[in-house]
Amino acid sequence: MSAFTPDAARERAGWTDFRVAAAERFAAAELPSPDEEIWRYSRIDQLDLSRFVPGIASTSIEGPTDFVSESADDPELFADETPDVFAELNRAFMTPVVIRVPAGKIVAEPIVVTHTISGSGTAVFPRLVIDAGEDSEVTVIEVFVAADGTDGDEALVVPVLQVHAAQAARVKYLAVNEVGSQTWQIGNQQSVGQRDSTTLLATVTLGGDYVRARTEARLSGQGSSTKQVALYFAGDNQMHDFRTIQDHDAPKTTSDLLFKGAVQDTAASVYTGLIKIRKHAHGTQADQTNRNLTLSEGAWAESVPNLDIETNDVKCSHASTVGPIDEEQRFYLESRGVRPEIAERLVVLGFFEEVISQLPAGALADDLRERVSTKLDLTGTRKQDKLTGASA
Amino acid sequence: MSTLEIRGLRASVAGKEILKGIDLTIKSGEVHAVMGPNGAGKSTLSAIIMGKPGYEVLEGTVTLDGVDMLALATWERAIAGLHLVMQYPTEVPGVRLDAVLTEALSTRGRSTDGLDDALRSEAGKIGFEERFLDRPLNVDLSGGEKKRNETLQLAILEPKIAILDELDSGLDIDALRDCARRVEAMSNDLDDSDGQPLGVLAITHYNRLLEELKPDHVHILAQGRIVESGGPELATQLETDGYAAFAAAPDDDAADASASALGDLFSL
Repeated sequence: MSAFTPDAARERAGWTDFRVAAAERFAAAELPSPDEEIWRYSRIDQLDLSRFVPGIASTSIEGPTDFVSESADDPELFADETPDVFAELNRAFMTPVVIRVPAGKIVAEPIVVTHTISGSGTAVFPRLVIDAGEDSEVTVIEVFVAADGTDGDEALVVPVLQVHAAQAARVKYLAVNEVGSQTWQIGNQQSVGQRDSTTLLATVTLGGDYVRARTEARLSGQGSSTKQVALYFAGDNQMHDFRTIQDHDAPKTTSDLLFKGAVQDTAASVYTGLIKIRKHAHGTQADQTNRNLTLSEGAWAESVPNLDIETNDVKCSHASTVGPIDEEQRFYLESRGVRPEIAERLVVLGFFEEVISQLPAGALADDLRERVSTKLDLTGTRKQDKLTGASA
Repeated sequence: MSTLEIRGLRASVAGKEILKGIDLTIKSGEVHAVMGPNGAGKSTLSAIIMGKPGYEVLEGTVTLDGVDMLALATWERAIAGLHLVMQYPTEVPGVRLDAVLTEALSTRGRSTDGLDDALRSEAGKIGFEERFLDRPLNVDLSGGEKKRNETLQLAILEPKIAILDELDSGLDIDALRDCARRVEAMSNDLDDSDGQPLGVLAITHYNRLLEELKPDHVHILAQGRIVESGGPELATQLETDGYAAFAAAPDDDAADASASALGDLFSL
């Protein structure tokens, strides 16, 4: 019996009936299994909800906060379609942050929302709503991080992101995942773009034990465009699992996706992406690229691109690769007198640079390069220890 | 004074013997040209000297100042003083030239102070546009720019011996002149960090490289063997007579390769 009952939902602040109804729907539903296509390859059958109790992440907000509210007054705002039971669970137990940018307003500095997760057995349900009014512009960075000293604690993070870009609005969003090594994260992201709007949905995932993110970017207005970029890097026994949908629901829409990942040690990653072009979405362009580096023999990456195109008048491309570091690149650097482990670090950082340079991360970018580098070095050090017989 | 000594070198690629006994000695300040038709084993020679994966040494030795190069990893050979200028420099996306040179110099225990100035100064000497210094390594560079970039790295790293694998391929006439002159200057330069001029092993198909980079010795490589050695006049003779005049008698295991290579063999 899990602790995520309608009674527990009743104890949360605000919109009681709304939460309880969601909790009841959750209670009536079954947890998914890897037998379902959408959960294929996942570790969902290893999730034991009875190990967790509902908690609240410590959330801080930096940058311009004029348009930010943490006590949204309108449950209807969250009455989005729920793509799975975890989004339903989020609705029952959510702690919302709502960013509503008025029409025509340009928010010059990024708004940074940081969720700090602590406490063994805690489950948290951050909900971020970005509602960008007509011709407005905003950048939001959402960071998920373990509290100091709690890296090894078990935790469950079930975030939901809702982005709504009104006509001609420009929204940039970046999620940075650095949760603890025993944390599970199962997230849903939905973005809807109206006419001539532009959205960027970026993700950097370094942390977690099992991290799943499902992103659905829908282009519902003519001339709207969306871009998704991601950097993920899994080590030890981590698994990073991405599902993306580029949904073209209007004519002359553009989507672009670049997901680049690396796996080392015995880690795993999955990328499954769908380009969906509906019948009326003529004159559309959609591109999707997923590239994966396997840095250790025991590591595993899967890449599954899919197309579902219902009209002829489209330009569509997808590319997908999984493989080790290019031998020619490694030899080239080593022939200059660069040590093998440094050559590998340079090549991997270079591989990710294409994503990092597109992140709306500003000053964070250098920090992210450093963290990728550190994660590589840890494994490099372990390999050296193994060679020299030293204990790790 | 440094010496690269190659003795009785036999090597294979994918089980097929390509080099069938090479002897060469290259000293500081000397320029040796190894000329040969396609399929003679030129690129295999450079790959073996630098330790490229996929090539197997069957017999023989390669030493630099008495140190066994074949026992060292590629990066250790570079630190010891060998440098390979590649025929097709590899594109390394997202990796900057200065990042690589910083690591390469640090591994040698050399200072990286003033690297930026040195890069700009060297770039100026060979007509490498400064804006290319900020590009990821070789990405979106033309053939000529890539070779200028290779020559630039050679000048910064100051090895004892440089192996130029077809420096002239893919190079327009201006870039060829700039690169060849720079290497020629390094082979005469006593102000190198170790006070030695550069020794050069220039592997090439064509004579045109040697108009600016003056060889002291010319060797003709055919079917895996040095079939003729001489002075600069040998390159001139080659220009007139073609490789056919120097071709070794085809042996059995080279016969299959020679059918396709024959066309190249007889035309320079």
